[in-house]
Amino acid sequence: MDKTFAEKILGKYAGLKDVTPGQIVTVKPDHLLTHDNTSAIIQKIKPDLEQYGIYSKSLPIIALDHVIPASSDKIATNHKAIRDFVKKYQIENFFDIGFGVCHQLVIEKGLALPGKLILGSDSHTCSYGAIGAFSSGIDRTEAASILLTGETWLKVPQSIKITLSGKLKIGVYSKDVVLHIIGDISASGADYCSVEHHGDLTQFSVDDRFVIANMGVEMGAKNSVFFVDSITKKYLNSIGVSNSSYEAIYPDENALYVKKLDYDLSEIVPKIACPHTVDNVKPVSDVAGLDIQQFLIGSCTNGRFSDLKIAADILKGKKINKNVRLLVLPASKDVLEKALKAGIIETLVKAGGTLLPPGCGPCLGAHQGVLAPGERCLSTSNRNFKGRMGCNEAEIYLASPATVAASSLYGKITDPRQVMK
Amino acid sequence: MKVWKYGDNIDTDMLFPGKYVYTCSKPEDIKAHLLEDLDPLFSKNVKEGDIIFAGKNFGCGSSREQPVIGLKAVGIKAVIAGSFARIFYRSAINQGLILIECPDAVKAYSDGSEVNIDFENGKISVGNKCFYFPKLPKEILEIRDAGGLLEYTRSRLKNKFKK
Repeated sequence: MDKTFAEKILGKYAGLKDVTPGQIVTVKPDHLLTHDNTSAIIQKIKPDLEQYGIYSKSLPIIALDHVIPASSDKIATNHKAIRDFVKKYQIENFFDIGFGVCHQLVIEKGLALPGKLILGSDSHTCSYGAIGAFSSGIDRTEAASILLTGETWLKVPQSIKITLSGKLKIGVYSKDVVLHIIGDISASGADYCSVEHHGDLTQFSVDDRFVIANMGVEMGAKNSVFFVDSITKKYLNSIGVSNSSYEAIYPDENALYVKKLDYDLSEIVPKIACPHTVDNVKPVSDVAGLDIQQFLIGSCTNGRFSDLKIAADILKGKKINKNVRLLVLPASKDVLEKALKAGIIETLVKAGGTLLPPGCGPCLGAHQGVLAPGERCLSTSNRNFKGRMGCNEAEIYLASPATVAASSLYGKITDPRQVMK
Repeated sequence: MKVWKYGDNIDTDMLFPGKYVYTCSKPEDIKAHLLEDLDPLFSKNVKEGDIIFAGKNFGCGSSREQPVIGLKAVGIKAVIAGSFARIFYRSAINQGLILIECPDAVKAYSDGSEVNIDFENGKISVGNKCFYFPKLPKEILEIRDAGGLLEYTRSRLKNKFKK
């Protein structure tokens, strides 16, 4: 019988010929991702670690990214505990502060490969579907258990087939596409499901695919995947991964899907998610003119070189509105270095941007760029929940880097096509 | 026993604000901030045995186990919702917090309805109406019955090292 991607890969990892949706299987992931929450995770299993040790030193990937550099002695103590743990257990893949957001690092360092299975104690672990991996978020307790045993259970999900056809128009990006889809199917539209992307996908770079896979969790998906093609191979080659070092998995033609969704890309316009849910999506033109005080370009959703370049192309030789602030948050040190070399950071800073260290920054509201009551932020990140940026009386809007850059010029929500003519 | 009723898409930031995530993880510290941005009266008035009714996609958003640990610690008997987000759902299994997916029971509830849960037979009564919910798969019940995931893992490790 024909199989979906999820059925194939989970069957493979469970060592079973056939698995069906709803079936519970035991799997050993290739990697376990944890970040600043590693300190809380190891605290839970302190005596067990002493007694049994960790399952393997190549399993964990640890990145300090959420509250970096430490904002308090408490956070600094947590970071220190993580560094001590890394040293004691000789963890092979550790990224200290400044390297970047964990999800960007997992892809950029070639730790997620096509056909691999990765779990992580962060909801945006689903990002690695961008290069054809199966990846999904879990909680801290489960991460602690996997650290000890190397395995866990997964329910084989039903799958949704999304077909994207046609060509995107100027001023419209993958962020607009994923916001459009979430607006259409709602924040629970893909609950528990594996989301597969099919169609005219060569127009989407790995960076673009990352945006869409990253926001899979915002529609409730377990994982969100793009299949290996010439674009994936070219990207992986560019980071030193040869075609023979992985085994790509593709779904069969007549696999069974719980839902099939078709979108005409040429009909999608710049979109914006309005407060306080990611599925409250409107065309940017519907809310154009609304005053914004803080702008954020970056994060694991839209903090890559191509995103910063789009913003720099719009802001080159111009200044942002004098009454607003623009935060620039590269997704990683590599991205930052590349953007520095290309003069993009100079352009953004000259336009009035404030550069933040590569990491999660203001996205989770724990530090850097917390909002005041009554303020609005227009951000390229992935969540606009009430209180998300540290203040429950502030509002967050989500859009593409082009929309955020264009809007920062006027201090008001602006359709990017107006400045891209 | 009080019933707390909330809507759709109750996200992890409403259940426990992100600003406390990296400095607050003990049950006794979590309680003060539980549902802080959703319902400030909750943490003051919640009592052991209370029930939460909610719409669809309860617990969506971050991987954040403080809300689960907190709701378990204050003695929430069960969260009954239209549906749950998956990381929250797994987290509840891991901590032994009982979640029941039963959209019809949620629809039937109005303020003051009497609610009873019969865990043995998978039955919820709301006023004079009765609803059934399926049992969890045996693999999942084993984790819950062990007292949560870490206890389950510890017993497996112990057996493995005995052999």
